[in-house]
Amino acid sequence: MFENLSDRLGGVLDRLTKQGALSDSDVSTALREVRVALLEADVSLPVARDFIKAVQEKAAGQNVTKSVTPGQQVVKIVHDELVHFLAGDDQNPGDLKIDNAPAPILMVGLQGSGKTTTTAKLAKRLKEKHGKRVLMASLDIYRPAAQDQLAVLGNQVGVDTLPIVKGQSAVDIAKRAKQQATLGGYDVYMLDTAGRLHIDETLMQEVEDVRNVTNPRETMLVVDGLTGQDAVNVAEQFDGQIGISGVVLTRMDGDGRGGAALSMRAVTGKPIKFVGLGEKMDAIEEFHPERIAGRILGMGDIVSLVEKA
Amino acid sequence: SRVLGGAGPGAVKRELDDEMLEQLEELLISADMGVDTALRVTANMAEGRFGKKLSTQEIKDLLAQEVARIMEPVARPMPLYAKKPQVVLVVGVNGAGKTTTIGKLASQFRAAGKSVVIAAGDTFRAAAVEQLQVWGERAGVPVLTAPEGSDPASLAFDAMVKAEADGADLLLIDTAGRLQNRQDLMEELAKIVRVIRKKDETAPHNTLLVLDATTGQNALNQVETFQKLADVSGLVMTKLDGTARGGVLVALADKFGLPIHAIGVGEQIDDLDAFDPEDFAKALTGAEDIK
Ligand SMILES: Nc1nc2c(ncn2[C@@H]2O[C@H](COP(=O)(O)OP(=O)(O)OP(=O)(O)O)[C@@H](O)[C@H]2O)c(=O)[nH]1
Ligand SMILES: Nc1nc2c(ncn2[C@@H]2O[C@H](COP(=O)(O)OP(=O)(O)OP(=O)(O)O)[C@@H](O)[C@H]2O)c(=O)[nH]1
Ligand SMILES: [Mg+2]
Ligand SMILES: [Mg+2]
Repeated sequence: MFENLSDRLGGVLDRLTKQGALSDSDVSTALREVRVALLEADVSLPVARDFIKAVQEKAAGQNVTKSVTPGQQVVKIVHDELVHFLAGDDQNPGDLKIDNAPAPILMVGLQGSGKTTTTAKLAKRLKEKHGKRVLMASLDIYRPAAQDQLAVLGNQVGVDTLPIVKGQSAVDIAKRAKQQATLGGYDVYMLDTAGRLHIDETLMQEVEDVRNVTNPRETMLVVDGLTGQDAVNVAEQFDGQIGISGVVLTRMDGDGRGGAALSMRAVTGKPIKFVGLGEKMDAIEEFHPERIAGRILGMGDIVSLVEKA
Repeated sequence: SRVLGGAGPGAVKRELDDEMLEQLEELLISADMGVDTALRVTANMAEGRFGKKLSTQEIKDLLAQEVARIMEPVARPMPLYAKKPQVVLVVGVNGAGKTTTIGKLASQFRAAGKSVVIAAGDTFRAAAVEQLQVWGERAGVPVLTAPEGSDPASLAFDAMVKAEADGADLLLIDTAGRLQNRQDLMEELAKIVRVIRKKDETAPHNTLLVLDATTGQNALNQVETFQKLADVSGLVMTKLDGTARGGVLVALADKFGLPIHAIGVGEQIDDLDAFDPEDFAKALTGAEDIK
């Protein structure tokens, strides 16, 4: 459905100078196409704008190697910059801060983004890869059967869940989780929260209160990888009000282009730590910036092609 | 709106020039309309008006009118048929709001005097059945279930038999969330449809695709694939109570012309509204902001 960036740029740039330095006008022409590609990949508009500006500065005056076209050259510059943007300076995105047992991890996000599923996936990972004793608690007192959902998943992955007590507030459940985690000698306790809109003052206050009583070591914003332009609003509000430490992008097993990754990174400056790749409990991976970059640009092997040239 | 600034009513008029058009395009793009559709909508709106001086209010009204014009033909409630039971199959990607929407629909049909039965066709996700049972209680509607992991197609078939025996007017069938690029899961859905047709070849009478308003351009792929494999007859867009404006519906209307039956505006049982093209257009273009 989407034209890929190299095709787009090929058409535009192959007509231009074949060699020598990229001229300002070559670059501007190319970047107009890049902008469209980013927007079609659901990168939020203000983020796309800033990104283009940064690339413009990088690209002007760069030499075009003989064996590649100016279009390929621009794609390479754009791709590298995108990887750079997405990666930040995180060495090990998959590492979670879980020293000082019991370490609380708070999971937040919009309705249906994948918090509960991701909570269980991460708990399984912490248990199996890092040998941690994990306790999970559902603070979702609103969605029908939300607490049962986490309990079922806990059973599936062999991780304890906090017993369900009806009628407690989210903050009360959080306190109980903390207590149980301390008394029970757990390394980590994970708090799965109800989905909420970033503009819902009451519910945003609720999760702020939870944060205040637990002081999480990690606060993960769980975001649907298919998210469109709204990503900036979600990122700004959740990070601004609650203060997140990382992002998990779910549903990356879909055929979405994943532009939300760039928006999240640009707006919050926080690392994208994990990528959800399915509904099964082991369908989660550490974040690989190169994979997402190629996907956002909708292109295949152009980068390795330029690299070899 | 961010793009056009906070000019009040009767503010200075601006010329409708290229720069202005670009700003309008961006306004629509940031509502998830997509680049192509945004270009087309602004171009149509500008036709015959290029170079004219217009106030911000006038420009937004014109833009809203253009959007409403595109959306008018697709704004149609879910059709009801004389068939008993009328079978409504609800499909969509994970977490879009299928189960919640079924609860809301059941409640609305009940209030309209229909007898309704729900089938809990998501036999896969943890506690999906329990979730739907709560909605059934809230709506005062029975929920037919099958054990976790059992075949959703045979549950659908059994539910049709039961709904017919009970003389129900409507049977709403929930399904597990599935991404449209998962061929195995899409084939499972196609099988549900085939099995339903064994019982009644005119069924499902409605196949509703539920779309999440926060989704960007991938909604186009969703509609295309679900339509191909499950014969989608109408759309519901959820989560329009947030800041996402659902502009992709305009691109969808343009491309597929499927009716939009309802919108979800919250998590409560009454938070399902008819799709109103004018309200939608105003919210999308921000035309209401400066009134
Ligand atoms: N394909 C796919 N589905 C996912 C992924 N992560 C979660 N899901 C599915 O998305 C749906 C919603 O997931 P949940 O974990 O219930 O989402 P949530 O954020 O807890 O939802 P609320 O509590 O209602 O806000 C379920 O059907 C999950 O199976 C993923 O990475 N890929
Ligand atoms: N704000 C808001 N939330 C909604 C709306 N519709 C559904 N939700 C929420 O979105 C989340 C997912 O809804 P579900 O009905 O479970 O979605 P689903 O499509 O059945 O999900 P799966 O079965 O896991 O694929 C829940 O937290 C719902 O409360 C809506 O219109 N607005
Ligand atoms: Mg949940
Ligand atoms: Mg469901």
